[in-house]
Amino acid sequence: MALSSDKKPGQVETTGHVWDGDLREYNNPLPRWWLWTFYATIVFAVVYWIMYPAWPVFKTFTPGMASLTIEQDGKEVQVPWNSRNLFIQEMQSSPAAVRQREFTEKVSNASFEQIIADPNMLAFARSMGAGLFGDNCAACHGQGGQGNLPSYPSLADNEWLWGGSFEMISKDLQNGLKGNMPAFPSVKGEALTDLANYVLSMSGLEVDAASASRGKAGFAMCAACHGVDGKGNPMLGAPNLTDMAWSNLDMMGAQNVDAKRKMVEHVVTNGIQREMPGFSNRLTPVEIKMLTVYVHELSGGQ
Amino acid sequence: MKHESVEINAGLLIVLTLTVISIGGLVEIVPLFHIKDTVEEVKGVRPYTPLEQRGRDLYIREGCYACHSQMIRPFRDEFLRYGHYSLAAESKYDHPFQWGSKRTGPDVARLGNKYSDQWHTEHLVKPQALVPESIMPAYPWLLKNDLKYDDIENRMRALKATGVPYSLTADEYQANVTNFGQAMADKLHIPNAKATLEAEAKGRNWDGDKDRITEMDAMVAYLQMLGTLVDFKKYDQGYFASFR
Repeated sequence: MALSSDKKPGQVETTGHVWDGDLREYNNPLPRWWLWTFYATIVFAVVYWIMYPAWPVFKTFTPGMASLTIEQDGKEVQVPWNSRNLFIQEMQSSPAAVRQREFTEKVSNASFEQIIADPNMLAFARSMGAGLFGDNCAACHGQGGQGNLPSYPSLADNEWLWGGSFEMISKDLQNGLKGNMPAFPSVKGEALTDLANYVLSMSGLEVDAASASRGKAGFAMCAACHGVDGKGNPMLGAPNLTDMAWSNLDMMGAQNVDAKRKMVEHVVTNGIQREMPGFSNRLTPVEIKMLTVYVHELSGGQ
Repeated sequence: MKHESVEINAGLLIVLTLTVISIGGLVEIVPLFHIKDTVEEVKGVRPYTPLEQRGRDLYIREGCYACHSQMIRPFRDEFLRYGHYSLAAESKYDHPFQWGSKRTGPDVARLGNKYSDQWHTEHLVKPQALVPESIMPAYPWLLKNDLKYDDIENRMRALKATGVPYSLTADEYQANVTNFGQAMADKLHIPNAKATLEAEAKGRNWDGDKDRITEMDAMVAYLQMLGTLVDFKKYDQGYFASFR
């Protein structure tokens, strides 16, 4: 390609402008490849206007001539091309959707026991469950379901506040949970210490035995929910106090028995209110099912 | 007129340049003001209550939009993670809207009712306490600061001027009763705004302290209603596609 500096005046047309008496401007043509690309984009734009939604016209717009085939009420229908119909098509017939539907339909029709017994269905429910867990549950219960005390219990141990059967887990995922232990501010001073010691002694911790035995009488009011033997009640979400699982308290983080006792005293005085949202509006029944299998599997379930 | 006379006359060049750009701009923008076909007719969309609106102001003040979009796009992967794609109707009372595609954090268009109020409070105070791998900054002052709401009526008046149907007169109030129901119309009535905000803040345990009205109350109230207004079970996908 010739540079304009190689050219002598008169070889190339100038624009005709003259500055300072002798300064002129060459009127070099645009490179052909550039010019034709430019014309091609214009042609492309016109084709695009005709094919796709483009021009606003008063209160509506030109929808374009392109169409998509989607399934509606069991029939294949032609609909105008737009991003929302494209979405419907993607949900119905993209390779990933088709492949997944094969399994979701199987899982949807199977009982929990059948899913567990079938290696393919189980693997599918596990991997879908892991994704759902990451999106919906991990923010509170941790990426591995390890929980985050004091507010968000572990799902990876085999202690179930509200029951660990498939049916219970599924129900709780759908409807959510509201845990509520009332506060007992009237229990004070030595009575409180004795009661806390008694509670700690239930799970075999070394505490002041005399104090603990004095606290036993005070436990009567706790027994309404936690049971006389302190083994809890999954109908009320009342935890088992004898198993050292401590789903509400960060007992492992406590330095010594005194610190552990203070935690128990704090709970007695202030109560505990916890809430888990329900997911029935957010997740489909089959998603709840797969998530149930995943959560159940985290610890072996009941 | 010769092209040269345009090129050598700066005043004329400016006038003609502005004219050409204006025509281009008007052709692109004006028809959009008149298109009614693209805003979906759905039940449930309403203006923000005073407490939610203050929370939205804080959301903007803290720059949440720099990392979080509020626009779920119509793709299968987004549907699976975030839920139904966002509708135009869902942000028709948003000034300014919070659309976007810049997602350093996840999209929050359907965050409402996903987590508990307590979670939101703890998470905003220290995100890493709940999500160790999170890179979100902490906003502990939301819990410390008392919410400033003595100007809530003026804020609502300003929004009303942009077309948000907050009510001042009895007629406007009646229209809201028809459109949004009595209970919501009361909340959208500007003369009641302060009392409404106080009742909202104290009526639910947003930040763990019912008595004090903090910025956290407003923020959590806003986050907990995001994307919850439309009941998508009532509509089929074909209906929404007819608006495109």
